[in-house]
Formats: sequence, C-alpha cells, structure tokens
Amino acid sequence: MKLVKNKAGRWVPEKINGKPGIPFQGIGVHKPDGLTAGRPVRSCADYPADGNKIVPDLAAALEKCGLKDGMTISTHHHFRDGDLIANQLFQHAADAGVKDLIWFPSASFPCHEPLIEHLKSGVIHHIEGSMNGPLGDYCTSGKMRGLGVLRSHGGRYQAIQDGEVSINIAVIAAPSADPFGNANGLNGPSACGLLGFALADSQYADKVILVTDHLVDFPCIPWQIQGNLVDVVVVQNKIGEPEKIVSGTTQMTRSPARQYIAEMTARFVRDAGIMKDGFSFQAGAGGTALAFAIHLKKMMREAGTRARFVRGGSTQYLVEMLEQGLTDYILDGQTFDLEGVRSMRENPSHVDTSPFTSYNYHGKGNFASMLDTVVLGATEVDVNFNANVVTHSDGRLLHGIGGWQNCLFSKCTILAVPSFRGRIPVIVDKVTTLTGPGELIDVIVTERGICINPRRKDLIKAVRRTNLPVVDIHQLHDEITAICGGPPDPPSLADRVVAVVKWVDGTVLDSIYQIENPKLQHPNSNKMQI
Amino acid sequence: MAEAGHRGSGIRSDCWIRFTPADRGIKLKLTSKVAALYGKKIEKQVHANLTKMAVSGGRVEIEDQGALPYVISARLETAVRRSGVPVSVSVLPETISESRAGKKDRMRRSRLYIPGNQPYLFINAGLYHPDGIILDLEDSVPPSEKDAARVLVRNALGAMDFMGAERMVRINQLPMGLEDLAEIVPAGVQMILIPKCEHKDQILEIESRIKGLDPPHTIWLMPIIESALGCFNALEIATASNQVAAISIGLEDYTADLGVARTRNGTESLWARQVVVNAATAAGIQAIDSVFSDLSDMIGLKESSLEAKSLGFEGKACIHPNQIKVIHEAFRPTNNEIQKACAIVSAYEKAKSEGLGVVALGSKMIDAPVVKRAQLTIKRAIETGDLKKDWQTNNTPSK
Repeated sequence: MKLVKNKAGRWVPEKINGKPGIPFQGIGVHKPDGLTAGRPVRSCADYPADGNKIVPDLAAALEKCGLKDGMTISTHHHFRDGDLIANQLFQHAADAGVKDLIWFPSASFPCHEPLIEHLKSGVIHHIEGSMNGPLGDYCTSGKMRGLGVLRSHGGRYQAIQDGEVSINIAVIAAPSADPFGNANGLNGPSACGLLGFALADSQYADKVILVTDHLVDFPCIPWQIQGNLVDVVVVQNKIGEPEKIVSGTTQMTRSPARQYIAEMTARFVRDAGIMKDGFSFQAGAGGTALAFAIHLKKMMREAGTRARFVRGGSTQYLVEMLEQGLTDYILDGQTFDLEGVRSMRENPSHVDTSPFTSYNYHGKGNFASMLDTVVLGATEVDVNFNANVVTHSDGRLLHGIGGWQNCLFSKCTILAVPSFRGRIPVIVDKVTTLTGPGELIDVIVTERGICINPRRKDLIKAVRRTNLPVVDIHQLHDEITAICGGPPDPPSLADRVVAVVKWVDGTVLDSIYQIENPKLQHPNSNKMQI
Repeated sequence: MAEAGHRGSGIRSDCWIRFTPADRGIKLKLTSKVAALYGKKIEKQVHANLTKMAVSGGRVEIEDQGALPYVISARLETAVRRSGVPVSVSVLPETISESRAGKKDRMRRSRLYIPGNQPYLFINAGLYHPDGIILDLEDSVPPSEKDAARVLVRNALGAMDFMGAERMVRINQLPMGLEDLAEIVPAGVQMILIPKCEHKDQILEIESRIKGLDPPHTIWLMPIIESALGCFNALEIATASNQVAAISIGLEDYTADLGVARTRNGTESLWARQVVVNAATAAGIQAIDSVFSDLSDMIGLKESSLEAKSLGFEGKACIHPNQIKVIHEAFRPTNNEIQKACAIVSAYEKAKSEGLGVVALGSKMIDAPVVKRAQLTIKRAIETGDLKKDWQTNNTPSK
C-alpha cells in the first residue's frame, strides 16, 4: 500500500478500500465541487397504499430489501451499549449465507463484540466507524480484510451526503414508530431522546428498514424520521436494553483530581471573559466535562449570567440549567439520561439537532463553529497542541471520534485532561495518532497547570492578571516525563496500515497501524476518562 | 519466596512483586498495564535495583498497574526482605528537591491523611494544597503491611511532589514506631506525628532515637493525645522537648478510652480538647484539632472547624481533599479580627516608639498576651493573603 505525506506531516494511504482518498490539505483548504448524492426515484405504486409497511420480522425485511454480498449496511448508536439490532441483523445475514458486507455504524460499543465472529467468517468485510475494545483489537491485530475508516459525526454525514459512502440498507432502531415508518426517539420502553445519527441514513440510503418495539397508530408524532423515506417496518419485542441506553441519573465524577481540573476549567472560562450574557458552550460526555458544567453553572448563577444556548449530550444537569433560566435553549445531539429524554419531550426550548445542523462541514455553515467555547477530552496532547482521541499511546484503538473533531472549530477549544494517567503521559512529544491539528486547539487544562496555545495572544492577555496557574507546555511535558520515569518507548507498530482517520472534510488525516506484538498489550489498558 | 504490593484489575499506580531467592541469575517475568511504553524501562530498573541491593540471584514476577518508579523500588525491596534475603543497601529514588526544616510555627490549618500503603493516593495529594500531608504508617495500614508501608513512605518522601505542603509522617505507636524512624528520618520528613502519646518519656525516647539517626535537619514532633492519661500528661508532653512544635487530639480513640460515643456537639470531649489547647498555650506551641469523619457533611465540618477555632485550635486534620477548602475558610481570620489586630499592633508599635510602658487602645489597656495574639493573627492574615505585607504604611486590610 502506497503512503503519501499529507499537509499535517502524517503518512496516509492513497487508496482506501479501493477508492482514491484525498490526503489532508490543511484546515479549510479542500473544497469539493459537484453535487450531493441522491437516492433513487421511487413510485407509490410499489408501496402499500394503506400506509402499512409492516413485514413479519427482521430477516424478512432484509430479504425484501434485497440483502446480498458486498452491500453497505448502516446502523445508529443512539442506544449505545444497549443496542440489540446490529448483532441481530448480521446474524440474519450469516444465516442467509450473505458475505463481504461493510458495516457502517455511527459508532460501535462493547455489546458489538459478537460481530468479531462475522468478521472472522467473512460475513463482514470491514467496518467504517469507531472500533473499540475487542473490535478495536481485532482491527489493530491486522485481521480485518479491509481498511477501517474512522470519521467524526459530521464527517459521517459529509461522507454520506457527498456520495463517498453509499448505503445500500439502513437499519434504524426506532423507540416509537407507526406502520408508515414515521419514528421518534422520545417514547416507548427504549426511548433514547432523538434519532439524529440516523438522519442521513434515512435520507440517502437505497433501502431503509425501521425496527421498533413500540408501534403506535399513524401518525407517530413528532416524526424525527419520516416514513416517506422508509421501505419496511419491523415490530419485535425488544430492540434495546433500556438501562444501557439511558441511565436513570447521570452521576458526576467523584474523583477529586477530575473535580479539580473541572473547576479550574470553569474558572478559566469565567476569568478569560468567555462567560457572559448571551454566550454559548458545549461540554463533552465524560465525568470531567460534566463536573465542569456544574461548576460553570454555579459561577453563572453567582454572576447572574444567562447563556443563549448550550449544546449537549444532555443530562439532568443541562436540563436544570434550562429549567432554572440559565440558558435560553439546549441544542441537543444525543440524550444521556431520562431527564434529558423527558425535557426534550416536554420543553420546546430543548431542541433536537443532527450531525447535519451541528457538524456537517460540507454545508452552508454549522453550529459547532458558532460556539463560544467547548470542553473536550483527549488521550494525548503534544507540545504543539495536536491531540489524539482514537488511540492509546501503545497504538490500540480506544475511542471513536464522535463530535470531537467537529467541535474543534469553536471559538475557544479547551481540552480538560489529567497530565498523566497512571504511568502514561498524556502530554507527549508527538501524538501517536493525529485526530485534531494543534491550530484549532486553544487551551489545555490539567491538574498541574493551564497551557495556552501561543497563537492565542488574546487569551494569554485575557488571563494575565488572574491567578490562574498558566504554565508553558514544554515545561509541563518535562515535569511529567520525569515523574513517569523518563519518556515512554514508542509503540511497537508494524508498517501495515489497518485503519485511517478522516478529517471533517473527508480528507485523510492519519493512519492507524497494525500493532507488532499484541502480547505486550495488557488486557486492562487504561480506559479514557474525560 | 515472598510477595509485596497489590494486584488486580481495580488496582492503580501500584504493582505486585513476588521474589523467590536463588543462588545465581535473575529471571524476570513482567506483565504490565504499561508494558508497551515502559516495559523495557521497568526491566532495566529491576535489574539495576537488584544489583544495587547486592542480590545476585532470584526469580522476580511482577504484575504492574502503572506504578511509578519509586513505588516499584519499594515493592521490590519489601518482597526481597520478606523472602529472607537481607538488604543492606536500599535503593532510594532521586529526590525532587532538597529537604529543609520547616518553620516551627508554620501554618497548620489542615493536614491531609494519606494511607501509607496506597500509592495511588500519593500522586495528587499536593494538588489540593493542604498545609501538611501525612503519609500514615499507623491506623490506615494493616499490621501485615507495616514493613511495606515504611519503605514506600520512605521513598515517597523523596520522590513525591508535596507542592509546598509540610512533609509529615504518622509513625506507629512505640515500640514499632522506632523502626519507622530508622527509615523516615534520613529521608526528608519534616514533622513526625506520634500517636497515642501518654508520657513525656515517649517524646524523649523518640528525640534521642532521631538524634542517633543523624537527621539532615531539625524534625518537628506533633504528639497526639488519645487517652485520659494523655490528657493529664498533656503539659509535660508539650514541654518535653524543643522539637515539639504542636500537639493534637485524637477523638476517636479518646472517646473509646472513656467508653463513650462520640457525639456531634462533643460535650464528652470538651475537657480533653481544652486541656490540649491549654497545654499548647502554656508550652508556646500550636494546638491542632481532630478529624471530622463525616465526609458528606460539609456544614458539620464547617461548624466543627469554627468551634475548634473558637476554642483555640489552629487547625484540623482531614481525610479527604474536599474537606480542605472548608477548613481553610473556617480558620481564616475574619475582617473584624484583622482590623482589631491591626489596631492593637499599631497601638503597641506607637507606644513602643514613644517609650511608653503601657499600651492603650482607646480607653482600654492592652496586655502583652493580647498583643502577641494580635501579631499572630496578622501573621496568618498575611500568609493567607487577607492582609498586605505593607499594611502598616498602607493602612487598610486587602479585602
């Protein structure tokens, strides 16, 4: 496989699964021309006039949609680790003797481990989507037949919209649906809030299967997915594990160190003057980001500040902000707990968004760049402020990109991370895998100090008179390298590329390599906590 | 063969080592969470340590969960010793900075207890800026692990970043505490806490043992009174040695000694707490209050701290970083106190400069102890940033 050096100085393959790939050109450089992809014209003559598209079961649905070798099958991840559908559909494919399928999930989870069997047996050719845990190890051990492709939420939408990925069959798990195929994520035993990650699938896929465990009479209101785009509807007993889809309540981190980082981050946002009336912010999904939101909320209340909008992953904490008048709106990409679901159902100011509105880079603007600040995590940050979220320092695939890359376009991008985890430095010399270029990363908040990107002279000036612990990133790097007993050995990677990381515009940002000696990987490698 | 340390998927920043002595040749088997990054360095370190400890043969099995180098050294040394192989030369980690004596009367509003055998908790202890960090060898370490904790704490004294906090160790009750001294005295401890202190002889014995170990600088002592007898002997304990810089009370064991329950309003321990404050005052040293053990009750902690302050204590012990801020806030001199203190000291300075024998503030006479107390308040207020250093020329407190 031939590799070329892209504008970020990383080596990437020229061809990805048989199709040419465009190496990363720089931020905002690659601008495609041409038209967006379309879907085939259909006729009502071929669909039930009474609006009843129900077929007996998922196997029948797949057959009716013409499932055959080599197809691209997509699923969404609004059910997180409680998803049952992906495993079911590939089992049906296996039973039907179909092979060489491409799985195109919006993200995968530990519950998808059984799919390794189908990778081994040839039912699945390769996966274009996040691969963590056992699936990730399968990929980095070099066993997957095609190249994995990792995309952000916005990048996935862009790939579908631009025709880079052609979905043959989209299988959409819908908590609530009518026989025509209108669906939402708000009601039913598997309620998950919204179905934004399935939007592009419904719009562009050749065939769309809806699977629900909560059928309602027409019309299913609100229709987050429109039945006019749906081919068949399947009703079954269970489509997900509710307690793994949304938690009863979201718990804030109890770790004093993470609380400390969270508080320091909130202080930065306040003291740098970002927190003010009419501002907007987004915090990631993990413990530190949640704690940040809680600290910021307290500071907003003390100062009497009201935000114009906050972006979620929504949780009870964001909902409290909305209900207590601290923000005009929640613009929500996915709901994490029952409070989020309830609020979205009941409150018109809690609005569901999709990767199209929030993150798509090949469109006429998106919400992410309008945010005043965003707080995210990372596995590694290097001394040039480049960051990594997808691999560990040993090269193992750890985490999907999610909305992370898309959020980097905010006006002040903050990574809140511990400076080292256990004995693994987080501040490194050079990131193992480039997921986010340093030009877009403005501030790193660690427990041992705050580093501001030298490009951001305005932020440096803004915090000069505060007593925030601003430190030089090289100094911090030296300090923690010494604590960990010297620089870590570079990962033992073979020359073979097993997956690529795409940038928000579809260009190829970096490669992920096969791990040379999988025996060195301890089964309990650090889980990233953001 | 013998083992040391902890293993298992829930363990972090520690390792487990099993050492089986052999005549010749070192065999090493390592599984580590950080094998890909530090596997080679760990192997190199283990070989180097064994050589330094003059151990020429043995089988070493390590299960590592991201232990820092000084922790690996400690666990290895303990495993070797437990296997019966004598270790004449310990491998000490590189020290972060030269240890110096702390000031005898430095601020001791908060001291954070860290169990001495849980290295995971050492890493970020300094972040929360307690005035002191106690690496504990006593009640938080099970009897079977006392030897392991001793070596680990010794290493931590040099290698751990205390971030400005006073380096404290609570040794075991005597006689075991004397073994603790042998390891920690040369290692840079700044203050030693002596639990269950009942006689001045205990202080004298410790003082003498410390001297014999050739300490790098003066080491302060804080005896902890935890029994009725200790209360009665508080004054002799407080004055037993110049090295005694503070005296504390341990209310859990004290109330157990009396056979009563420890209540929220603490009537049962009022006399004991007052005895400790009075002994400290008479001896010219600090009185430090006990732990408040309900971690979920921040209001109770605040009330307890304010009460301690009103009784004459200068600080409290804590068992969780979340308690530190509350304690510091409670022990902060109030605006009123600062203003009063400034007025008193100004009057005193004025009287001194005019050669007057009596200090007056308005129509009131101010006695020497009052001046002394005012001076301490001002000193503390400057330390906490509540008063500018040049307040006398500036004339207004900084808040």
